[in-house]
Amino acid sequence: MKKGTHLELTIVLCVLAASIFWPLVVNGYWLGIGVDAMMYIALATSWVLFSGPTHYISLASAAFFGVGGFAVGLGMSDYDMSFWSMLIISAVAGTLLAALVGVATLRLSGVYFVIFTLGLAEMIRNLVSWVQNNFLGSRGLYVLTDFNDQHLFWMLLLTTATIYITGWLISRSRLGFALRIIGGDETVAKHVGINTAFAKIILFTTTGLFGAIVGAIIAPRWSYIEPNQVFSPQLSFFVVIMALLGGSGRLWGPIVGVVPFLLIWNWVDANFPSQSILVLGLAFLLIVYFLPRGVLGRLEDLYVKLKKRII
Amino acid sequence: MLDILVSGLLLSGTYALVAMGLNLQYGVAKIMNLANGEVLVLGALASFWLFTTQNLSPLITVLILVPLSFIGNWLIYKFLMLPLVRRSKSKGALEVDSILSTFGMSFIIIGIMVSIEGGFFAYKYLSHPIEIIGSTTSVNRLMAFVLASIIALMLYVWLNVSRQGMAVRAVSVSNEAAGLVGINVVAVSGLAFAIGGMVTAIGGALISTFITLDASIGVVYTMKALIIVIMGGVGDIRGSVIAAVILGVVETAVATLVDPGLTLASAYFIFICVLLLRPQGLFGRPTS
Repeated sequence: MKKGTHLELTIVLCVLAASIFWPLVVNGYWLGIGVDAMMYIALATSWVLFSGPTHYISLASAAFFGVGGFAVGLGMSDYDMSFWSMLIISAVAGTLLAALVGVATLRLSGVYFVIFTLGLAEMIRNLVSWVQNNFLGSRGLYVLTDFNDQHLFWMLLLTTATIYITGWLISRSRLGFALRIIGGDETVAKHVGINTAFAKIILFTTTGLFGAIVGAIIAPRWSYIEPNQVFSPQLSFFVVIMALLGGSGRLWGPIVGVVPFLLIWNWVDANFPSQSILVLGLAFLLIVYFLPRGVLGRLEDLYVKLKKRII
Repeated sequence: MLDILVSGLLLSGTYALVAMGLNLQYGVAKIMNLANGEVLVLGALASFWLFTTQNLSPLITVLILVPLSFIGNWLIYKFLMLPLVRRSKSKGALEVDSILSTFGMSFIIIGIMVSIEGGFFAYKYLSHPIEIIGSTTSVNRLMAFVLASIIALMLYVWLNVSRQGMAVRAVSVSNEAAGLVGINVVAVSGLAFAIGGMVTAIGGALISTFITLDASIGVVYTMKALIIVIMGGVGDIRGSVIAAVILGVVETAVATLVDPGLTLASAYFIFICVLLLRPQGLFGRPTS
């Protein structure tokens, strides 16, 4: 992840500001797509925030997302809490979970982190189902609010803007500089006196925070919350692939990756539902072998080549 | 109590075999294979499918799997992994690339398996009860344990006695040093990857005789194998065996005493303990 420039910030915020009008001009199917896209843009941007500079592949998105959604369901259904207070509680829960995962794994090499996050959503789903069946009674959780897709879209948009601005500020701060060095060479970073574990853990908690917030915002859309639904491990892979497709070198890479992937995915899922998982696999292979730095990286290479030819 | 110990031990035989496979792939070929669980489930599917349609015993399936899975995994190494090894500038870059491409492979394998059998791989083979040291278990569990132990022992002897086994061990210590003493590192890595995948597929066929799997369960077995390898220490076969026993027994204990739905959670609990206390593995030495 490179240091953010003012030009980038302005362009991204203008694009986001323009999309405020999306729910006003479309409805039904395309509004649904808009909510999906905004949800994935938020998740993928917060993914790039951490994984971009450190090159640590996080598969924890589904876990944070699920914690957020489940907390909202549990609080509103069983404890008569308001949506807004549960939103704050889920944000805290997501941050704490990320801090725990970070403390356990980020002091060690990257592989441990990937492995730990790989089964995390599934493990939390098992735990939550067990607690629900044995101690809470296995009745369902209902999230009943007055929000419609328009409101959700705007809330997600606001979250995305917040994530982007946070990431932009971090990339220009001491922490961002430290993370770029860690991403370049962790041993060097240690030798110049950077507390690498601390920097990584702090940054990872932002991913947990925003992941849980997005999960909490999406919860009213489902109205009926079930662990199997909110802790879907596939979500983590979607986030990774969308972020990598756009290019994780820049914070706004996901904006480029999410929309095309989502449209292709919806088309495949509608026409060849049983083959959809195969397409997901092929997309991973495509990225590794042909677009290792994402669409943006490819464009950048082309730009450099053209420039050389002209000069 | 005794029941838990016996069935935990019997389960751990297959776990140890699968973890040995992953250890060869990661320790020697340096490929973090996250499609390991899917290869295991593929072995299970082969066993299920041949048993239900061709009425073939899983023991024969294991024999069929040996050449098939060896060649299959060797081709995967040759055409999908080797380009990544060649282009990677550092160990970290190879890890990221191999993780992402094996994710891709795992989804493709799941997709293929779903199109063959979307439901559970349920079949009955040697499921009558048998008594061992005062505890009742089923014949298929005992058979899987015995077979897994024999194969694991053969692998262990091959690694420690034969000339090729020595080359494999040398590559696991250092690619550069092994290359310097005239070992064909690429060929040995391919061999290790292929044997690792073969052993995993066999483990899958064995597990399927007493545990009902389905196409999407692979990731759970990937996790288990990874936890065993990390607990035992990468490249350490003795460690893997002991770690497999610990995981098998703890998992069985949690499943019988608390809830069968919590086996993955118990594996994670062990994983967290290992990461916090002995991240270098049970017998590993701390690296500064």
